Order: sequence, then C-alpha cells, then structure tokens
Amino acid sequence: MYPAKFDYVSPSTLEEALSILSASENAKVLSGGMSLIPLMKMRLVRPTTVVDISRIPGLDEITDEGDHISIGAMVRHADTAASPLVIEHAAALAQAAGATADIQVRNQGTTCGSIAHADLAADQPAAVLALGATMVVASLAGTREIAAADFFVDTLTSALTPEEILVKIKVPKGGKSAYVKLGRRGGSSDYPIAACAVWVDASNGTVSDARIAVTGVGSKPYLAAASAQAVVGTDGSGDAIAEAASHATDDIVVLEDLYGSVAYRSHLAGVYVQRALEEVLA
Amino acid sequence: MEISVSVNGTDHRSDVEPRTLLVHYLREDLGLTGTHIGCDTGYCGACTVIVDGRTVKACTMLAVQADGQSVQTIEGVANGDELHPVQEGFWECHGLQCGFCTPGMIMSSIALLDSNDDPTEEEIRHGIEGNLCRCTGYHNIVRSVQYAGARIRGEEPQGASQEVSS
Repeated sequence: MYPAKFDYVSPSTLEEALSILSASENAKVLSGGMSLIPLMKMRLVRPTTVVDISRIPGLDEITDEGDHISIGAMVRHADTAASPLVIEHAAALAQAAGATADIQVRNQGTTCGSIAHADLAADQPAAVLALGATMVVASLAGTREIAAADFFVDTLTSALTPEEILVKIKVPKGGKSAYVKLGRRGGSSDYPIAACAVWVDASNGTVSDARIAVTGVGSKPYLAAASAQAVVGTDGSGDAIAEAASHATDDIVVLEDLYGSVAYRSHLAGVYVQRALEEVLA
Repeated sequence: MEISVSVNGTDHRSDVEPRTLLVHYLREDLGLTGTHIGCDTGYCGACTVIVDGRTVKACTMLAVQADGQSVQTIEGVANGDELHPVQEGFWECHGLQCGFCTPGMIMSSIALLDSNDDPTEEEIRHGIEGNLCRCTGYHNIVRSVQYAGARIRGEEPQGASQEVSS
C-alpha cells in the first residue's frame, strides 16, 4: 500500500511551516508519522501537501521551565519515556510514553503528534489530562494555549484548527502521577483496552486535589470527575479508592469492539482507576 | 524529489516520489529485498530497519523522511562471510522456521543488544515486542538473542540447550 500523491515540504523554520499550512487547502503536519502515514496508506486521508516539521530546529527538546516542563513537537515517545525530567515531574506521561505501541513506534512517533491526532484510545491524552497540561499551539495569527481538558473534543478531533501546529506542551510540576494500562496484546503493548492516568496532590496525608483520566473506554479520553471527587478530601484509603473506581464510567457511553464488551470495558475502567490510585497513594 | 541516504555505509542519491515508502525504496530502488513487507500496516515489524541508530518500521516511514540519514538493513549486518553474532545465534538456536520475520527480528535484536548486551528473558521479550513471529512461539528467538548476547560479551554461548521459561 502507498499513499495517494502529495507534495512534500520540509521547512526549516516554524514560520515557513505555518505559512504553508495557512496557504494550503488540504495540508497535514507530519511529525513522526505513526498515525498519519497508516491513514494515508489506507487512503483514509489524502492531503495535497505534507508539511514535515522534523527538520525545524529546537522542536525536539524537553526543557525545565521552573514551575513546569516543556516538551517540544518533535520529541519522540522513546525520549519522553527516558527523560529524567519527565520521569521526575510527570511520571504518568513518561509511563504512557513507555507503554505506547512498541519500540519501533516509540522511536519514531512523537508525544505531541499523538496528542494532536487525538485517538480515542491513545495513551498520551490520558496522561496530559490527568497532569493538567497545557497545549501551546501556533499559527500565523500567533500563539494560543489550550488546557488539556478543553483540547480533546471528540474521536480523532481536537481543538486544533487545520492551520495550527501543536508546538509544545507544558506540564506543571508538583503532585504525584501514574499511568497504568491493559494493552490489546496483554501487558502494555499496543493500544489500551482500558487505561488510567491519575494525578494527586497528597502532601499532607490528605488528598487535597486529584485528576483521573481514562482512555480506551469512551469515544475520547476523558476526565472522570466523580472519581476524582471521591478521593479528594480523604486520606486515600482503600475505601476511598474503591469509591473512586466505582465512578470510573459515570456519564460515559462505553464503547465495545472485538477486544472487549461494554460490561468488560466498564469493569476494566474501574480496575485501572483503582490500580493507578493505589500506585500514587501507596 | 532528490534524497541522499547512506544505506549500509554506501551513499545513495536518488530521485523518489514523496509517497515512496522507505521499504519500497530499499527493496525496489536499491534492490535490498532482505527487508520484508509483512502486514504493511506498522504492526508486524518484518520491515524493521535501523535509521540513525534506532529501529523503525520501514513500511510506515517515507523515503523522503530518511533524507540525510543513515540506514542499516539486514544486508549490512554481516561482516563479509562472517555472520553477525545475532545472525549466528538465530542459526545456532533455530531462531526461525519460515524465516519471513527474521530480518526484522534480527534488526530489533541488534538494537536491543546495542543498548544492553546482557538482557533478561523478560527484557528480550519486551525488546522484540514490535516484531511478530507466527512460527516459533518466540522461545528459540529468545534463545538466539541470549546466545548472541553471550557472543557479544565475549562469553561462551550455551547454545540451543539453554532453558527459557514459558
């Protein structure tokens, strides 16, 4: 299989990339290509222009910005997973990056690319939802910031417009986070059948704040607000965790496919909320 | 468009269509048919090659993305008639049956042993998670990588008698 014909450009500056995107009717941004290229090969996507941002200097950096860390558009999953900064300050994202697909895909695919693609079962969206990250988005009109909670609109649909590029994400420091997952091939390989990212602030023996995100279960990765409410203000005991797990799919239409029925996935969502909370509150 | 790629140490300048996949460039333009096309969807890993030191699936990368980069394929692994330790391991430990997955499996195993020449069985199984084999059940592939690791470390490999757990 090979894609339909397209024009390929690999600009050396962000401004050039944004100009091309702005001027093209049907252009797509290529970072690692792990989502875009399969879609193009299956002819589900037929861009007239592919804008490869991999040769723009500076987009492949993970930096410490004081109160947050910044992960650039071309940072590959393997580098996010191995970064001491990400491991220390955003464990859920490091774990999600390390649990994505397989080694070859992690070597090529990017953290920001996965977020921009907004697959309903991707690992990264759950992590950035739980961590309360901010997406920094550029277009010719300037730069805007979008909270993770506002970014994932629906299946394969994000708040990005066609002329925008997700140039980096900002992940606030503080708290404790984790990502746990059941992959389609067992362990963590492949897409999750169900997975959960949690972030808690539990510095004084009580859980003062929490965010719990679930992926692989509904039509998009989502914040399980009732689950988070169930642990905030508690001491994070087993009872509080069980209560949180019981709300994992509140108000969510659980999807089913050949990997799991609605009942099985709903059950798994609770199990993985519980396991993720146990990991950060142990 | 014109690309410049180093493949197994040889520099190539080629004119390719942007939609040419790296695996098609290697197989059809350069005649390096050791890299196989299996599932053609990015799952099976039969097309695994090493680009700038990292394994990638050549069916899911455009040749133009490899412009300016260095590619290693199965053809560039042996030193003349002398097999690479990983090739020798697959030979000695019967790490293949039909052989279709073998080139990709060997490239992933080389990358694994480059970063860790003494992996545990679990690390080996994790290291080849992106490569599917439908014949061996993976047991002899694990043995092959263990054999190669010992060779690379300068130890005497235990060969096919080595036990692996389920």
